[in-house]
Amino acid sequence: MPDSTTAPPTTTAPSPAGAPAGTAPAEPVAFPQDRTCPYHPPTGYDALRTTRPLTRVTLYDGRPVWMVTGHTAARALLADPRLSTDRTREGFPMTTPRFAAVRDRSTALLGVDDPQHRTQRRMLVPSFTLKRAVALRPDIQCIVDGLLDRMTAQGAPADLVSSFALPVPSMVICALLGVPYADHEFFEAQSRTLLRGPTAADTQAARERLETYLGDLIDRKQSEAGGEGVLDELVHNQLRSGELDRKELIGLALILLVAGHETTANMISLGTFTLLQHPDRLAELRADPALWPAAVEELMRMLSIADGLLRVATEDIEVDGTVIRAGEGVLVSTSVVNRDETVYEEPDSLDFHRPARHHIAFGFGIHQCLGQNLARTELEIALSTLFGRLPALRLAAEPETIPFKPGDTIQGMLELPVTW
Amino acid sequence: MHIDIDKDRCIGAGQCALTAPQVFTQDDDGFSALLPGHEEDDGPLVREAARACPVGAITVTPADR
Repeated sequence: MPDSTTAPPTTTAPSPAGAPAGTAPAEPVAFPQDRTCPYHPPTGYDALRTTRPLTRVTLYDGRPVWMVTGHTAARALLADPRLSTDRTREGFPMTTPRFAAVRDRSTALLGVDDPQHRTQRRMLVPSFTLKRAVALRPDIQCIVDGLLDRMTAQGAPADLVSSFALPVPSMVICALLGVPYADHEFFEAQSRTLLRGPTAADTQAARERLETYLGDLIDRKQSEAGGEGVLDELVHNQLRSGELDRKELIGLALILLVAGHETTANMISLGTFTLLQHPDRLAELRADPALWPAAVEELMRMLSIADGLLRVATEDIEVDGTVIRAGEGVLVSTSVVNRDETVYEEPDSLDFHRPARHHIAFGFGIHQCLGQNLARTELEIALSTLFGRLPALRLAAEPETIPFKPGDTIQGMLELPVTW
Repeated sequence: MHIDIDKDRCIGAGQCALTAPQVFTQDDDGFSALLPGHEEDDGPLVREAARACPVGAITVTPADR
């Protein structure tokens, strides 16, 4: 069973200083929890949704942390430099034992604060602009077409996760970074273990194998000119000039590779499942394909696959009369914030005509997703081409029987049997 | 109206160029930039772009201030 299903310790945690009475549900609510329906927040968070903008949840180790539930507060806090993403800091909230076990190893980009973060991000920004994403459209379309050719040639039924949802972003990020796709089975398996364990030792070993692999790749690139990927550029510019050292470059390569395929793969699989469960919305898209960009944005909001953005306060921060004390853990639940009914009317329904912009599925503040423009482009091309080419696409199993990911990792389908 | 972009603060997320592509673009370094001739533009999309910026790098001020 995943960690998230374990009941929290029954001892009631002391109320943090400054919390006005009545801001938290009577019983401590555990975070994370498994979803009941893969595209809705866990029903166990229902009580939290009535307590905005801030409430409290209990982590696996019994520790109480602040959960941000209000949309305005979430945007303000994620942009607040008094919240740190450095998990080596005292008090940083850990949502699973396997992440706690590697807390002394900081993560590049996502796990460092400014000014270090700024230096790292600035090296990568030119490779992830909107223009670059637009320029990649023909290549992405070609990858999507090729995978659908192969899937349809093999015939129905198919597992959409392994035949489409995972290979699309994996091939795209390989081409962009300059990682050989021939190695995909290795790095996809290691990424899965890195994110899902199950044990801390598994996670640690997967990370080390990925670091060794990327280190070897970087060494090869140093002696070979002519590569055109982002990693080639970093090797021949920043590494050569001393702006980056080898270890830091390995760290950046690791996060780009893992974040570049795992997240988008989950959005494609879960997005497909969600659309198949909403035939009226799908009919709208068929009637008006110009709705696809809005549909992608709304799916990002509704699915909020990366739930639980983690921070620790480095100073006292007041939020609507409540004080988050320095050293206290803060987590922003994207699934709860993206359904704030004061911002989104009927937040639980899928609606391509609502202004879904300003959702925080890509985060907010300095750590907002570097690859968001690429992700939007991939999702739009992958989903619109899939449903355009296979108008009779449908599930090949009862929806309730299709397995999806536990609550303690990025949300998505484990398998997606489809026919057409 | 006058549009200011704080390039020190910009993280190159591209939200401005996505929201109001007729006013904002990204320069070669990936940072937000105004398309020539649009420095004084106004309208709901410009304000929407400012609001979409994850780091508050865009400010829109009335021209008479």
